[in-house]
Amino acid sequence: MPHPDRRLVLAGLATLAVPRGAWAAAIRDGAGREIAIPAKVERVFPAGPPAAIQLYTLAPDLLLGWPRANRPEELPFLLPGIGDKPEIGRITGRGNSANLEAVLTLKPDLIVDAGSTGRSYVELAERVQGQTGIPYALLDGRFEAIPASYRILGQLTGRTERAETLARWCESAMTAIKGRIATIPAEQRPSVYYARGPRGLETGLGGSINVETLSFLGARNVAADQPGNGLAQVSLEQVMAWDPEVIVTIDLGFAESVRADLAWSSIRAVKAGRVHLSPKLPFGWVDFPPSVNRMVGLWWLAKLLYPAQFPEDIRAIAREFHTLFYQVTPSEAQLDLILSGRG
Amino acid sequence: MSPSSLRGNAIALGLLGVAVLLAFGLGRFPVGPADLARLVWAGLSGQPSGLSPQIEAVIWNIRGPRVVAALLCGAALAVAGTAFQGLFRNPLVSPDILGASSGAALGAVVGIYFSLGLFAIQLAAFTGGLVAVGAVYAIGSTIRRGDPVLVLVLTGVVVGSLLGAGIGLVKYWADPYNQLPAMTFWLLGSLAGTAKPDLAPLLGPVLLGTAVLVALRWRMNVMSLPEEEARALGLNTGPLRIAIVTAATLVTAASVAAAGIIGWVGLVVPHLARFLVGPDFGKLLPTAALLGGGYLLIIDTLARTAAPVETPLGILTAVIGTPFFIWLLASARGGWS
Repeated sequence: MPHPDRRLVLAGLATLAVPRGAWAAAIRDGAGREIAIPAKVERVFPAGPPAAIQLYTLAPDLLLGWPRANRPEELPFLLPGIGDKPEIGRITGRGNSANLEAVLTLKPDLIVDAGSTGRSYVELAERVQGQTGIPYALLDGRFEAIPASYRILGQLTGRTERAETLARWCESAMTAIKGRIATIPAEQRPSVYYARGPRGLETGLGGSINVETLSFLGARNVAADQPGNGLAQVSLEQVMAWDPEVIVTIDLGFAESVRADLAWSSIRAVKAGRVHLSPKLPFGWVDFPPSVNRMVGLWWLAKLLYPAQFPEDIRAIAREFHTLFYQVTPSEAQLDLILSGRG
Repeated sequence: MSPSSLRGNAIALGLLGVAVLLAFGLGRFPVGPADLARLVWAGLSGQPSGLSPQIEAVIWNIRGPRVVAALLCGAALAVAGTAFQGLFRNPLVSPDILGASSGAALGAVVGIYFSLGLFAIQLAAFTGGLVAVGAVYAIGSTIRRGDPVLVLVLTGVVVGSLLGAGIGLVKYWADPYNQLPAMTFWLLGSLAGTAKPDLAPLLGPVLLGTAVLVALRWRMNVMSLPEEEARALGLNTGPLRIAIVTAATLVTAASVAAAGIIGWVGLVVPHLARFLVGPDFGKLLPTAALLGGGYLLIIDTLARTAAPVETPLGILTAVIGTPFFIWLLASARGGWS
């Protein structure tokens, strides 16, 4: 439970003062702010990639466009006419008036951001909402909060039924995975090194959102106890000293070259063939952008880390996830492509 | 060679030797002094060392290339700084004065933005550095008013700041989850990923540029006199300036391409070298190269041993360089002239 924010207290007092019913069409967003539910929501502006992905999975028809245009390789995995919607940029901490005017010309009924609900994001949301008069909802992007974020977004967009379906899928995945992992003793949990960058020498520190999938799965991230909560660089020598049992990477070039290097090949994970390249079509399964796309990645990674406890067929799960969330059922060949980590 | 320069070079060589020993002996992966000795013996005698392939890999494939790269980059930045300080007759000049670093940085961030491979990113950085300085020189030469050296410096400053804006723009466009951290790491400077194949593209330009500068040492001495005196001594400063700028840019761009942005080495080390051996470029350039290499090697050893997570080189050189430079300014003995 976060600190009782003064704004919240004031909002609470206001609720007491205002007759019941006047607030009936309001909902608390992921940061605990009161957002009036818009009477009509036909156009939604996503403030960044995680919001765009979550909104697409819930209500693709409402999505105004993408913060970054999708690559051609990604389009076959998204609904035609929606995956290729135009690039509309993102609202950043320094969103200036020209940027906001561009937002206004798109006439959104709602702005949604998913990710951090920290103070600077709350202030940005307040400011943009004040300047544009468009309700601006913050969704908590952390794993555990994804079902709640779906429900908030469902209410804001009037898509409560589908939101409930998606939220339940996430909840049941997380509950099932958590329950099985709880029974695994610490010494049977592999030590994992998360490798990014073409040389594999960028990694995610303990609190980093980049390794949220790993920490949710109770894996022992070798870099977890370093100070900091973002990405950092390490030397290959350090990775050798850590000698992880499993390496998870998002970088194809690194995954392909890791065996050829004498130093890498002496690491336990490489010797045992446990270097895993994360799928990334249409969005990354483990890390970026950090949105609901990681839900299927959770199953994928759980199976890799604890094969005995997770006998499920990852193809079936991927097919189900893609069909339900992206509303496109991948063919067998497409599933092969997804699982190969290419693209 | 005068006794003072002998002493100066002895100090620089001693520093370098200590730096190399420390760099090979320290690291996150434990390698004992006995193992090191066996490796050296194996290298000299051609016999197998009998050590685990892991230890061999750490020394030959990880620490070795990194030590060589740190020596080369440090030497390159120091030599370029020395040359530019002489050329511009200004002690506050560093190798990036004509935009070599910002040009290389822009090249690199563009390379990262387009998700190029490692080698292509380094090539883009190297090319960016050369193109930026070429542009500065071309623009500076078309302006016929005022002191040509001052015009060149001012052009370098404005073009450098334009390139900085370009870097900011590419960072702004970049994917915040993937490309932006890569750009940030690159711009802070690091040798964390250095491997053997990185050495050749660094060694070639650094040797070539340094050789040119050493060959021009006598002319550089004359050049650091006021312009009229230099001309009176029969020196045609125009082509000479081009040669010095080209050579210094070559070594700077190669270093930035290999290690990212590392400030302060090219500013501080030339002063230290002058402090040791005086202003004669014949003595100054080799001493600066030795000192620069040793200095950056110590910094890099610190960067990779202080914590499991690497500390960016550019940060360490700034934190160490600033107080050192202030001390150097305060104790101006044997300083500039």
